[in-house]
Parts: sequence; structure tokens; C-alpha cells
Amino acid sequence: MKSLPEITDKVKKNLIWKSIFRRDYRNTVRDRAQAVFGNVFLHLHPVQVRESAVKLRFTWGMGGITFFAFIILVITGVVLMFYYHPSIEQAYTDIKDLEYQVPYGVILRNLHRWGAHFMVIVVMIHMFRVFMTGSYKAPRQFNWGVGVILLVLTFLLSFTGYLTPWDQLGFWAITVGTNMGAATPFLGYQGPFSEFLHITPFNDVRFALLGGALVGGNALLRSYIWHCVAIPLVATILMMVHFWRVRKDGGISKPQK
Amino acid sequence: MNPFIEIITQPDNIAIVIMIFMVSFFMVWAFQQAFHNDRLLAAGLPVDGENDKFVDTFKPLVRIELIIALVVMVGLTVWSILVDAPLEEIANPTLTPNPAKAPWYFLGLQELLVYFDPWLAGVVLPSLIVVGLIAIPYIDINPKGNGYYTFAERKWSIIIFSFGFFVLWLLLIVIGVFFRGPGWLWYWPWQEWDHARVVFEPFRDLSSVVGVDSRSMAGFIIGAVVTGAYLIGGMVAPYMYWKKNHPEFLTKLGMIRYITIVFLFINMMSIPIKMVLRLVFLIKYVWITPWFSI
Ligand code: HEM
Repeated sequence: MKSLPEITDKVKKNLIWKSIFRRDYRNTVRDRAQAVFGNVFLHLHPVQVRESAVKLRFTWGMGGITFFAFIILVITGVVLMFYYHPSIEQAYTDIKDLEYQVPYGVILRNLHRWGAHFMVIVVMIHMFRVFMTGSYKAPRQFNWGVGVILLVLTFLLSFTGYLTPWDQLGFWAITVGTNMGAATPFLGYQGPFSEFLHITPFNDVRFALLGGALVGGNALLRSYIWHCVAIPLVATILMMVHFWRVRKDGGISKPQK
Repeated sequence: MNPFIEIITQPDNIAIVIMIFMVSFFMVWAFQQAFHNDRLLAAGLPVDGENDKFVDTFKPLVRIELIIALVVMVGLTVWSILVDAPLEEIANPTLTPNPAKAPWYFLGLQELLVYFDPWLAGVVLPSLIVVGLIAIPYIDINPKGNGYYTFAERKWSIIIFSFGFFVLWLLLIVIGVFFRGPGWLWYWPWQEWDHARVVFEPFRDLSSVVGVDSRSMAGFIIGAVVTGAYLIGGMVAPYMYWKKNHPEFLTKLGMIRYITIVFLFINMMSIPIKMVLRLVFLIKYVWITPWFSI
């Protein structure tokens, strides 16, 4: 029998191990820094941070938790996509199958649903904390704006997901929601001044959102693509910008008096 | 079962109960830290975090991130084991549920539909909210309170933001979720929902208060004058006040910022004003035109 240190030593000298981790980790200043900027995921962070970033008191970790909720949603969402067809013939039965046929399908769906609620809650609290610490002030004005767009995208992500099970809840929530589109001034057929632009139920904003005059198969396909592809893509890009700017603006804000 | 318990324990509404607890907790924590820092500031001492030292990211920060991730993951898993996401009947365009509610985070906007026509409640006001939020850093010229909790140094911005955040947004959501039943009528937690209930609302328009038909020419003019007076008065009055009392503030603010702030503010205040008009004075419209009504 070999002792543990001997085994670790052997593993760490192994060609494959070395190809992955590149160098050994000793607990030195240099290696602690290397652990951060030598790792594609960790290098979002600076090598050193102010104490406030480590204590929960200041940020409550809310931005990070929002991001983590997003990751959970991407992972569970991708798995859900394996079981789902965006058509009015199949969508509803696919969700029923999750309940009765797919192993752990219920938990999978629950995680995605409650994760979505959770993300909406924490992103609002994140915004509240950024406001209360005055962290939108110079030089972080632009990043606050990026954040507001991310907030809107979070709502839209959740909203477009509502229709996908094709049940009464989603159907009528989307009906109520898109009816607002019909009330857009100039561009919705029920909105003020739309008669000047010859807007009808068949060429207004609502029609563009639904791909038709009623919530039907086209609306389901549209909301599915917004939900699974288009909005996550834009949100991901904006999160990259958001994190990049947190760094470029000098990290988590510190008291400036 | 008690109707309120029934509503609160509906799977999707559990999220709102969680939100109420989380938001209250963080609200208290934020203001507690703000008042704490205010005391330090008053005593001329450095605020929390001012003399922060640096620590390594690896491992202190990475460790706490991992712990938070695990806690969140465990919490969501437990939630998902205990509560199942509902699936209602298959979509049926011929069967309208009553009430048909939007997702909870949009219920504040749906609640606005009680007080405003859809083009305002569903399109114009939401757009202004987004624009207004983005504008905040550019219109708030107070350099103090940057990077720490404080209340004393930025009272007004915090009061106005909190009013929008807690009252106009979160409170309206809570009302929409828990207090609105069939026909979007108000239901107290102890009241049964009654689908046959009709409320005769003796609503009138502003000009009918003085006995003028709101759809007549005279009513149109009265409405236009009142609306115009609100807009113009709202734009001009703060100017007069600041010019007299704090002219240096006005100079610092500049014209563009002034117009943006005041415009956003009077739009925001139009919400509570219309609520009072409607709930207290039973007035539905202030101004009816052939194209739109306010
Ligand atoms: C999908 C949504 C969002 C994600 C994933 C996200 C993520 C983050 C993260 C990880 C941080 C680092 C500090 C922290 O954890 O508090 C941060 C900071 C920041 N966020 Fe967000 N955020 C989001 C939405 C928002 C929103 C809605 C706002 C404001 C309207 C906002 C404004 C800011 C600002 C100004 C900072 C810098 C704060 C500072 O330096 O103290 N973000 N965000």
C-alpha cells in the first residue's frame, strides 16, 4: 500500500494531470495569483479583492447569485429542450410526459420554474443594493444602464417561457400581455393615432409579436425561439459586458468621499 | 379552506411569499447599514469599508462563492422536491379564465390598468420606467454616497427610488397577486371569490364634477386645461422653487438634466395622483379626446 502523499505525488507527476493543470500549486503569493489568472473561469476576478467583496455585508452576493441562477436555468433549460417540441400538437403532452414518463422529469421542470422565479427576485434585490450603495455613480453609470437592460431581459426570459407549456396559464398570460402591444401608440391597432398609419390587427406590433392575429402555433414557435435562443444569447453577451465593466470600473465600488 | 391560505399556498405564489420575506430582510439590512454609516459620518469617522485591506481572491473569495452556490443549489432543490410546478388544462382559446393574470412580476403593470388606459399602463409608462432607471446615474448629480450605504447624504434620491421600488412596484405586485379576484375586483383575504359579483361603479370624469359633459367641447377644453396645467405647472414649479431658494443647485443641474428629472418625476407622480382621483373622488378620466383618454 502506498501512502496518500505518495499517491498524490504520482498523480501530479502524471503527464495528463500536468497537461491540464500546467503547474503545481504551492501556497505562495505567486501561485495564489496564478490560480486566478491561469484559470479561464476564475480570471473574471482580480487577483486580490477588497475585504468588502468577501464579506457578505456589502454586496449580499446578489449579482453573483443572479448569475448562478442564470447558469442553473441554462443547464436545466437545455435538458428540458431534449424533451420538448414547440408545436401546439405536442408541447402540452411533452410537459405531461415530463411528469409521468421522464425519470426525474418533475424535478427538472420544478428546478427550471422555481429557478426562474428566484432569478427575478434576486436581480431585483441586486438592483436595490446597487442603488442603496450609490454604486451607479461615476464611473459606473454605464454599467448601471447595462444592468437595467439585463433586468428587462430577465423579465422577458421569464415571460416568453410562460407560453411554452401551452396550458391555460401561459396562454392567457401571453394573451393579456401581448394585448398591450395592440395598445401601442401609432403602432398598435387599438392604440392612439394608429389610424393615421393605417394600422390593422394584421400589421401591428401585436401581429409581429405573435406571428398572427391570435395566440397560436406561430406565437408558440416565436416565444420558444426568443426564450431558448435569442434572449439568452443577448443576455449572455450583456453579462460579459457587465462583468468586464465591473472590473474596468475598478472592481466593486468602494467609499469615495 | 380559507381563501387567503389557498392563494398564498398556490405553488407559483410561494415565490411571491419568498420575495416578500427576502425583500423585507434586505430592506432592513440596507437601511440599518445606512443609518450606521450616517452615525459614523456625523462623528467624522470613516464609513464601513473605507479602510479595507486587500485579500487574495484565491481562496477567500472563491470559497465563499462556492458556499453560496451550494446553499442556493440546495435551497432550490429542496423547493423543487417539496413543491411541484403546476400545469393547468391545455390551452383553450374559447375558455377565458377570470381573472386572467399576467406573470407576477408584471402584475404591477396590470394593476395600473385599473387607473390608466392600456396605451399608458402597458406601453408608455413601462418605457418611461426603463428610460428613467437608465437615466438615474446621469441625473443624480450628488457626488456623495458613492460606494457605501448612507441615508443622510442622499435623502431625496433614496426616498424617491424607494417609493417607486417598494410602493409603485412591489406593493402593486402584492395587491395584484393577493387582493385581486374575478373581474379584477378587490377581495380581502377572508372573502370568498364570487364570480357573479358585479360592482356598480358610479364613475364620472373630471369635468362632470363641475357639471360639464366630459365628451362635449367644453369638457374637452376643461380636460385639456387641467392636463396642460399639470404638465406645465409640474415642469415650471420646481424651477421657481429652486431659483428662489437654491439657485446654485439649478445652475449645477443644467437645463437638460432639469427637464429630464422633472418630466420623469411628474409622470411617476401621475400614478398615485390618478389612484387618489379614482379611489377617493371616483373620477375615471381627466381628459377625453377623440384619440385617447387620460
Ligand atoms: C442578469 C442580471 C445581472 C447579473 C447576472 C449581474 C451581475 C453582477 C455581478 C456579479 C456584479 C458584481 C458585484 C455584485 O455581485 O454585486 C454586479 C455589479 C453591478 N451590477 Fe449587476 N447584474 C445583473 C443585473 C443588474 C441590474 C438590474 C443592475 C442595475 C440596474 C446592475 C447594476 C450593477 C452595477 C452598477 C454593478 C457595479 C456595482 C459595484 O461596483 O458595487 N446589474 N452585477
